[in-house]
Amino acid sequence: MVPERRRPPEASSKSSSSMMSESPRNLKPGLPFIPFDSTNLWCGDGHGRSFLEFSPPLVTQSNGLFGPDRETKSKNQHEPSPVMDWNPRLMLSNLSFLEQKIHQVQDIVRSIISREDQFLDQANELAAQQQLVTADLTYIIIQLISTAGTLLPDIKNALLSTNPAVGRPGSNQKQHEIVPVEVAKASQHDSLIKDLNSCGGKEDGLIKCSNNSGVEASEPIPIEDPDTKDNDDGMDGENLPPGSYEVLQLEEEEILAPHTHFCLICGKGFKRDANLRMHMRGHGDEYKSPAALAKPSKEASIEPQPIRRYSCPFVGCKRNKEHKKFQPLKTMLCVKNHYKRSHCDKSYTCSRCKTKKFSIIADLKTHEKHCGRDKWICSCGTTFSRKDKLFGHVALFQGHAPAIPMDDAKVLVTSDKAQVSEASSGMPGNTTGYNFSGNTSLDAQTPDIKGVDDGHGCFSPMILDACNIWGLTEFPHSAYEVSESTFSFLATGSCNSIQRNGEN
Amino acid sequence: MVKSRDLCRGIDRSDGFATLTLDLFSGSPNPNPCSYSRSAKRVRVSCASPAAAAAGENRSNLFDSLSEEVLFLILDRLESDPLDKKSFSLVCRSFYAAESRHRRALTPLRSGLLPAALARYPSVSRLDLSLCPSVTDAALASVGGALRSSLRSINLSRSRGFSYAGIESIAVNCAALVEINLSNATDLSDAAAAAIGRARNLEKLWLARCKMVTDMGIGCIAVGCQKLRLLCLKWCLGISDLGVGLVAVKCKRLRSLDLSFVPITEKCLPAVLRLPHLEDLALVGCLSIDDEGLMSVKQESKSLQVLDMSNCQHVNHTGFSSLLSKTPGLRQISLAYYCKVTHSLASSLQKLYNLQSIKLDGCEVTTSGLKTMANSCRSLGELSLSKCSGVTDEGLSFIVTKHKGLGKLDVTCCRNITDLSLASITSSCTSLANLSMESCILVSREGFRLIGQRCHLLEELDLTDNDLDDEGLRAISGCHNLCVLKIGICLKISDEGLIHVAKGCPNLQELDLYRSVGITDIGVMAIARGCPLLQIINLSYCTEVTDHSLRSLSKCSNLNTLEIRGCQVSSSGLAIIAVGCRKLTKLDIKKCYYVDDAGMLLLARFSQNLRQINLSYCSVTDVGLLALASVSCLQNMTILHSGGLTSNGLAAILVACGGLTKVKLHSSFKPLIPKPILEHVEARGCVFQWRDKPFQVELEPSEVWKQQSQEMHV
Repeated sequence: MVPERRRPPEASSKSSSSMMSESPRNLKPGLPFIPFDSTNLWCGDGHGRSFLEFSPPLVTQSNGLFGPDRETKSKNQHEPSPVMDWNPRLMLSNLSFLEQKIHQVQDIVRSIISREDQFLDQANELAAQQQLVTADLTYIIIQLISTAGTLLPDIKNALLSTNPAVGRPGSNQKQHEIVPVEVAKASQHDSLIKDLNSCGGKEDGLIKCSNNSGVEASEPIPIEDPDTKDNDDGMDGENLPPGSYEVLQLEEEEILAPHTHFCLICGKGFKRDANLRMHMRGHGDEYKSPAALAKPSKEASIEPQPIRRYSCPFVGCKRNKEHKKFQPLKTMLCVKNHYKRSHCDKSYTCSRCKTKKFSIIADLKTHEKHCGRDKWICSCGTTFSRKDKLFGHVALFQGHAPAIPMDDAKVLVTSDKAQVSEASSGMPGNTTGYNFSGNTSLDAQTPDIKGVDDGHGCFSPMILDACNIWGLTEFPHSAYEVSESTFSFLATGSCNSIQRNGEN
Repeated sequence: MVKSRDLCRGIDRSDGFATLTLDLFSGSPNPNPCSYSRSAKRVRVSCASPAAAAAGENRSNLFDSLSEEVLFLILDRLESDPLDKKSFSLVCRSFYAAESRHRRALTPLRSGLLPAALARYPSVSRLDLSLCPSVTDAALASVGGALRSSLRSINLSRSRGFSYAGIESIAVNCAALVEINLSNATDLSDAAAAAIGRARNLEKLWLARCKMVTDMGIGCIAVGCQKLRLLCLKWCLGISDLGVGLVAVKCKRLRSLDLSFVPITEKCLPAVLRLPHLEDLALVGCLSIDDEGLMSVKQESKSLQVLDMSNCQHVNHTGFSSLLSKTPGLRQISLAYYCKVTHSLASSLQKLYNLQSIKLDGCEVTTSGLKTMANSCRSLGELSLSKCSGVTDEGLSFIVTKHKGLGKLDVTCCRNITDLSLASITSSCTSLANLSMESCILVSREGFRLIGQRCHLLEELDLTDNDLDDEGLRAISGCHNLCVLKIGICLKISDEGLIHVAKGCPNLQELDLYRSVGITDIGVMAIARGCPLLQIINLSYCTEVTDHSLRSLSKCSNLNTLEIRGCQVSSSGLAIIAVGCRKLTKLDIKKCYYVDDAGMLLLARFSQNLRQINLSYCSVTDVGLLALASVSCLQNMTILHSGGLTSNGLAAILVACGGLTKVKLHSSFKPLIPKPILEHVEARGCVFQWRDKPFQVELEPSEVWKQQSQEMHV
């Protein structure tokens, strides 16, 4: 829940739109809220069905209106669920965050109102403000739903305890009376939701989101935005019925093209549209207006859009649409990564181990981060990145022992003098002893520094684009100049050590 | 060693062997068959009469005819005193050779002597190098080469200067090696641990304070030395749960495991408790273990007998109770400090059928807790409640009446107990052998009378800082088996009481009269006469004690420790001691203002076994101190405020005394002694302690001193 909360409004609205595109696959005829299957988990076989009928509306009701939502929450706060202990602190922080957010939106709207007349001549600015407000509101709604979603099982439990009639037959009359009211309400909201569905709007996605969060609450994993899974080739979990989406297949050249956005005036290519927009500013004042600089509007996403999936152009690949068990790729980025990984040469070699090869620079960087860090070595030659893994291995196999790196021994030999002074630990002015410890710490550091200068990619903060990394080798000087932040020390250090290495 | 050989050559042809050997054969308690002075005298005699020397040569054949088995049998009976063996080897060549072959244990003072010693003693199995401050890799390599098949045990616990290479040469060459003590090798790293791992037959390993050894090193040891039965990892701060867990998995024969002060948590405890033969487990000061952790441990250990969990600050009675319920075979437990002895903890002792010894030093004790404990335990043999708060007459009486078999009781600083407790202790625990009741200030004469009347089996008694008087001492002299008597800071006792002790306790070996100011020469003379086995005596600040006392004490030939701070003794008194007490190893003559260079010269000449000396405030100059350099055993010196000392003289002494390991000096000397000399001495393995104490000549009266020290306590 937390990562989503931190996301800026644009991103959240984007995520909501992407969720919207997914949502239809969750909608099956007859059971409009399949994700509430999760609720079955909580009430068991017997009672599950009865709840299915009205618990979703309860939630959707809270989606629409803030009041009831809060009510249910407060009720639950007094009565913590015995099954699942939700985190009231997290809830509180979520809510207070929401409050802040609402205040922010309020402020924006207020400012719009106050400057209404000024906006008359600045329509663009007004539009931008409106966009901001809608984005913020969307975000708030999503957040609210996801917050409420954590309570889903609790609501059920609360119901179970307050309305035993629902679960258990033969309970008293009074509670029976309540149920119809609830059901009536439920149907009312059901229709409301159907309306929302029919207009195919955001709410669809929102409901899905709430369902998601409900599921996640049962197994406490933060919601993962599908967009963040860029690296994943596909969507193996996704089971869209064939034909429910439109398949797009790009050509190899298109996939491998370094740029996807081109300037209509000069023809220069860019990887990102934002970069293109920045570029466009140079072509005249008309490209400097807020509207021109704003992200392409969301109209497209509000309108119903056919789901689009991608096919790999490589015939015989499982991701190719001709394949019998065709599994489509979700986004353009997936296509790119998949194609490079599976059907292209692996031209990037790890500079440390010299064996691992990659076709995607990001993969190389990820590998290099950990390559050579397997400092836990067994006498059999197996390396481990974690000490406990090594010890588990040693405990398991007879005759295997932890291998002591020989640097250790060298330190020991060279510090003969230090040993003597170490002996006199009770004495003040133990200078050589200090030296000794200094030595060891230096020793411990050197591999790290080396690692840094071996893999230029480690300086990701100063490298904005992956392509720049390889430009780095040509202009090493400029690269070091760039890094004037906290990395400057390391960079110069590594620079020195490169030189030293060269001399040696 | 070299010296003895020279000596041997010198007197090889000398006279008087017949009497000596007769001495050897005549009886086993042979206090002093051949002393240096006597043989020196004989050397002179032999030089004077060549005829006698010739006669000696003829007779020496007689000794040659003795078979080696006979000589070995004799040597077996000479284990008690190292000097006896030395004398034996000086008899003749065959004796010398027999002694060389017989000797199994070697404790050299300098590692420089090692090559010669190893050549002379080829079958040494136990090599104790703890007196050699500096042992080089080369020396260890020579050990590995010379004692290839015989070496079973090596002790390097106080030595420095070697690295993993030296250890490796021993571990690889000496296949029979079963014991290594590497304690205090603070600079040894994992490489050394890996070298130890190559000693496959190792059974006992001490690595106390090897702070640089990490899990990797201990992992190598665990895999390599799977026959380990004893492992001491005390203060190994680099070791964590992983290393200990691996040891527990690999070394299934472990019986004794010391994990004191190791930063382990409860995570490794299940594996440790699963060890099938584990009997002794020490977890002193394991601060990462807490109540919750201990309660989460479900593993039982049927074999565990001794558990020490003192100083575990984060464990309280719930954690202890939980652990104790998993270890039904315990015989000894120590839960000293930070533990509350509550009802629940005491009742958890109920299932420990074999429990014999409980140590609860410094714990919070309640009367009800003590009562429950008394009811829970079957039969306690040892109980220590020293420094416990809350020990009352009621609780203590209850527990001692329940456990009549108590042999050792420690109630040090239980300031609330009175004669009532002592009445019940003495009436029920008649077999008490060891009673410590320092600072039990409410106990009166009546209590001490009861001790003397009823506890006839007492061997050790500590009555320091009590309200003891001569009457009490007279009663205590009824304990005829008394070996150790500590009656320091008993301001009321006088010679009269000591005379009773001297008459009643002929076996006395240790006597502490620190600041018991009523004592004079008469008392000490009585003791010296009545207690010939005396080994340790402390007369510090008994200001009436003079040279007369020393003269009488010189008859106690077993005396090895003499503390006479602030006594009115002179060089001549010291000389008499030096001549009479050849075994003297520790001497404290601080504030003996009349001791000067003459005393030092005689001391240097006769007390060749001196290891430790405190010369602060004495009138000793460079000359006297330089004479001390001839005492080859001297290791520990404290010289503060000695007026006649110059920095040059001090430097000369430091260089001359090759065996020094610890020197305490006034910090004003530090800048005055040339740095290269200090470094040289340090490189030989000596540690300097620079003190900046103010010069204080006046001795305050003991009453004042006691008042001050009590105020400090409160």
